[in-house]
Amino acid sequence: MDIGKELVLEMYRKMHRIRNFEQKIKDLTTAGEIPGFAHVSIGEEATAVGVCSALRPTDRITSTHRGHGHLIAKGGDVARMMAEIYGKRTGYCKGKGGSMHIADFSLGILGANGIVGGGIPIATGSALAAKLAKTGEVTACFFGDGAANEGTFHESLNLASIWKLPVIYICENNGFGEFTPTAAVTSVKDIAVRAKGYDIPGYVVDGNDVFEVYRHTSEAAARARAGEGPTLLECKTYRWEGHVVGEGAFISGKYRTEEEVARWKARCPIIALEKAVLESGMLKRDELDRVAQQAREEVEAAVQFARQSPLPEPSEANEDLWI
Amino acid sequence: MEEMERDPSTFIMGEDVALSAFGSTRGLIERFGAERVRDTPISEAGFVGAAVGAAMAGMRPICEIEIAPFIYCAFDQIVNQAAKLRYMSGGQARLPITFRTLYGAAGGAAAQHSETVYPHLLPVPGLKIVAPSGPADMKGLLKSAIRDDNPVVVFEHAALGRSREEVPDGDVLVPIGKASVKRAGKDVTVVAIGAMVPRAIAVANRLAADGIEAEVVDPRTLAPLDEQTLLTSLGKTNRMVIVDEAHLHGSAASEIAATMVEKGFDLLDAPIRRVAALDVPIPFSRPLEAAVLPDERRIEEAIRAVIG
Repeated sequence: MDIGKELVLEMYRKMHRIRNFEQKIKDLTTAGEIPGFAHVSIGEEATAVGVCSALRPTDRITSTHRGHGHLIAKGGDVARMMAEIYGKRTGYCKGKGGSMHIADFSLGILGANGIVGGGIPIATGSALAAKLAKTGEVTACFFGDGAANEGTFHESLNLASIWKLPVIYICENNGFGEFTPTAAVTSVKDIAVRAKGYDIPGYVVDGNDVFEVYRHTSEAAARARAGEGPTLLECKTYRWEGHVVGEGAFISGKYRTEEEVARWKARCPIIALEKAVLESGMLKRDELDRVAQQAREEVEAAVQFARQSPLPEPSEANEDLWI
Repeated sequence: MEEMERDPSTFIMGEDVALSAFGSTRGLIERFGAERVRDTPISEAGFVGAAVGAAMAGMRPICEIEIAPFIYCAFDQIVNQAAKLRYMSGGQARLPITFRTLYGAAGGAAAQHSETVYPHLLPVPGLKIVAPSGPADMKGLLKSAIRDDNPVVVFEHAALGRSREEVPDGDVLVPIGKASVKRAGKDVTVVAIGAMVPRAIAVANRLAADGIEAEVVDPRTLAPLDEQTLLTSLGKTNRMVIVDEAHLHGSAASEIAATMVEKGFDLLDAPIRRVAALDVPIPFSRPLEAAVLPDERRIEEAIRAVIG
């Protein structure tokens, strides 16, 4: 394996951080402590971490309504994220964005986005800026299978292709657009083949294999930095949880079987990583356990920070509109 | 051109900007090349969103949407993204974008190419909206828009390209958010927007022969509105007519009228009259188009009505 021990431990740490964070969000939303809609990405951690591990700190990402994992993978601070989700003034957006809109420009996180497909042209423009300013930065654009049916996806791939922009389009195909199976509303079996229509490389990637995601992203980033233009990666993964936490209270009927969910849970990306590194002898069980424990403690501390943080003053509603 | 020389982070992109289909970008491609004068596909959501992303990554894009009703194809990127992302990110995002577009009826293009679009954007917090009435204000407002660190939409009337006036050389800026009294008068304030300004001045000049002195005020910026200049004029004349090429329902004239009534009720000696386009899509055939748009006759009637 061409990936060193330090990096593997960091990947493992981030995957655990995401898993714990999302589980916490789910529990606290269910308990009524966290307001608003929460979209969690449990089961999809390998895609977020595989992609972001292959990026440089100065590279940028755009994310989606299901974005907590992408932000943590790019280095987002779980305490400030949690505070934002609690609507506190210590949150990343001072309580003005919430779960679907967290950004950290200092880390190249241009923000999650509540509009499906909304971030795709933005990532394309971010890549255009890098090309014009000759910075060598790459932009990774996360979006879901649902967004691949939005016009912005097609318009952006065309723009990025004609201008050879340094952008990587990451279609995180988790099997569902809200409550509708992807296959029922998508013309192709593999979204990656749509790259052909725009004359750019497109690959189907096992989105539950963090190393495979990392390798594909590294190659795409190298192509982008060499001026060879964009790549479309379709990372096939699965949304273990519903579209939105608490959906059982309002949706009528089922849109998937328990067998299907169980089949994907058996392919847990975190356990897959553990298995690979234990079998190869790269890492020992106690090394992994220590990191997992630290991730749990970080998320606990984040919840405490969020709980103890003040709510914004009503007068703050009038701040931050203009420069 | 001066602004692109002044700031290397500026670049222009949009439909037919290299060729300069309507003359507004003439000479730029020769001076700055295809990297900074970037033709886009007819792909409004894509390239408007790319302007948003480029701005968030440190550039200062000038984004041309050839004809204003094409904005509807990019509505999400302007309304949900450009206008909101600074606020939603708690003040992190910088969005120094200038959107330029041609609006209004200039004779026989029908509703999808002739609409006055700005009322759709006026209620959106986070956007500045300007609508110059002549070449000098156009240049000064465009310079201010480009240097503004917030998204500014510059609505240029399609007929404005045919108008001629002295334009000051060099670095003369017209501030955003500042109205201009285009003709002084004491009997009635005529607030006119964009291409309605020369039309209102023509009527005012004619009415002077009848002893009616109309003050024509051009808001120049529709958001944020220079309420003070309008109220000052109203305080002088105590009567107001507002002329807007937009459809009456939900027009800028409606919003201005509401503000004037709310803040200047005691100054009014007569109800405010709005002169706007009829509430039907702008028709193609010339007599139909003329019947729908505010013309000099309707402006004059409104002025005479408020004077009583």
